[in-house]
Amino acid sequence: MGFWANMIKEFPYFMSVLLHGAVTTITVAVGALAFALVVGLVVALLKMSPFRVVRFVTSAYIELLRGTPALAQLFVIYFGLPDVGIDVAPVTAAIVGLGINGSAYLAEVYRAGIESIHKGQVEAALSLGMTPARAMQYIILPQAVRVMLPPITNFSIVLLKDTALVSVVAAPEIMFYARNLVTETFLSMQVYLLAALIYLSMTIPMARVVAMLERKRKAWR
Amino acid sequence: MQSDKTTSTDSKDAPLLSIRDLHKSFGELEVLSGVDIEVARGEKLCIIGPSGSGKTTLLRCINYLEKPTSGHIWIDGTLIGEKKVGDRYVHLNDYELARERREIGFVFQRFNLFPHLTALQNVTIAPRKVLGIAPAEAEAKGKEMLDKVGLGHKVNEYPERLSGGQQQRVAIARVLAMQPKLMLFDEATSALDPELVGEVLRVMRELAQEGRTMVVVTHEIQFASEVSDRVIFMDQGKIVEEGPPSAILTNARHERTRAFLSQITDR
Repeated sequence: MGFWANMIKEFPYFMSVLLHGAVTTITVAVGALAFALVVGLVVALLKMSPFRVVRFVTSAYIELLRGTPALAQLFVIYFGLPDVGIDVAPVTAAIVGLGINGSAYLAEVYRAGIESIHKGQVEAALSLGMTPARAMQYIILPQAVRVMLPPITNFSIVLLKDTALVSVVAAPEIMFYARNLVTETFLSMQVYLLAALIYLSMTIPMARVVAMLERKRKAWR
Repeated sequence: MQSDKTTSTDSKDAPLLSIRDLHKSFGELEVLSGVDIEVARGEKLCIIGPSGSGKTTLLRCINYLEKPTSGHIWIDGTLIGEKKVGDRYVHLNDYELARERREIGFVFQRFNLFPHLTALQNVTIAPRKVLGIAPAEAEAKGKEMLDKVGLGHKVNEYPERLSGGQQQRVAIARVLAMQPKLMLFDEATSALDPELVGEVLRVMRELAQEGRTMVVVTHEIQFASEVSDRVIFMDQGKIVEEGPPSAILTNARHERTRAFLSQITDR
């Protein structure tokens, strides 16, 4: 049978299996993104701390995570932690692994965004009686978000694709099922192309949504 | 009762702002070398001097945007930026410092409006988030302040849609909304196109007539001579001379003052 004949015949089956995996892909991507957004902000704020020790530890965290492969980090969490008595479920390991990895990246994005806001903005906020924390909350972050949005979008898209990595810790996402299907049917080209199309159908709308958000945010400028 | 009364009269006669032996260095460079100033309640003080004379730094020290290297500042008898613990002076924490700054309005040369907020939101954000005033009340008050600076029709505009003069007037309204005891103006008209200077000076004149206490760093000699009660001429981090505007501006005793004034008026 030819390529298209096989594709048409197996399409419903392949799709039902792969879309099942897509649910896990989305769960992991959303979970890891949320984790990275929150932890990244904390890391970014700590890195601007007045205390040298805090800054040093934070820099070490960022360097460690950015300087080692995400795959190695995932293995440490999934295969390493059980050795010290901590068992982690595959999806949890995937979310935490990609989440802390992303937090290091986003911390730098946040910091660049915050530092892009003119010094006069903080001074105006302080002179009106705001504490530095209030100034950050009401004046700096709302403006910095506009600067951060494009790199954060980019990161989300990369993150969604990087979830393919977590098949190695047995998280049942798209690529995990795709490999199973290939073992079962030997139709590598058809299965992997379909898997790729599913990723594409998620990343394209994401890029669109964020482009729209950015246009909206430009209102004040 | 009697003693209470005495105290309150005392504090009324006491200067609103006193600065004692203020020094400020940036690294090796000493920008302020021992400045003493007292400003009475309701007084309008103008500070003039060449650029680099330390006038802006002095103003920024008053609300502790710059930490003085040494010396002390009091507003209404309260030590600014520090407190006395035993015999030692200790810097205030962020929260304590923020509380003190509520009382000190600062108008910046470059306006520093918040670009993500409308004119009205610029004016209401501090009353709401710092003083905890209810939104409706803050808005009513904010509109009143914008009206006062002649911008009642621009409440919903974002700063980018306003001219420099309008932005500076919003910045003044933003300061007024906090009802500060003391207003500091740091070359408030220097960043403006010449045709926009007048509208800002007009607002400042009105504020002066209301009896507010103002310290104004300016190059507008005309304004200084009409509005101020006293003029200080600074050079190289020191007060060279001070006195009523008529004495300083037309009849300066020091050569440096005369040289500066002739340069400025020859423009």
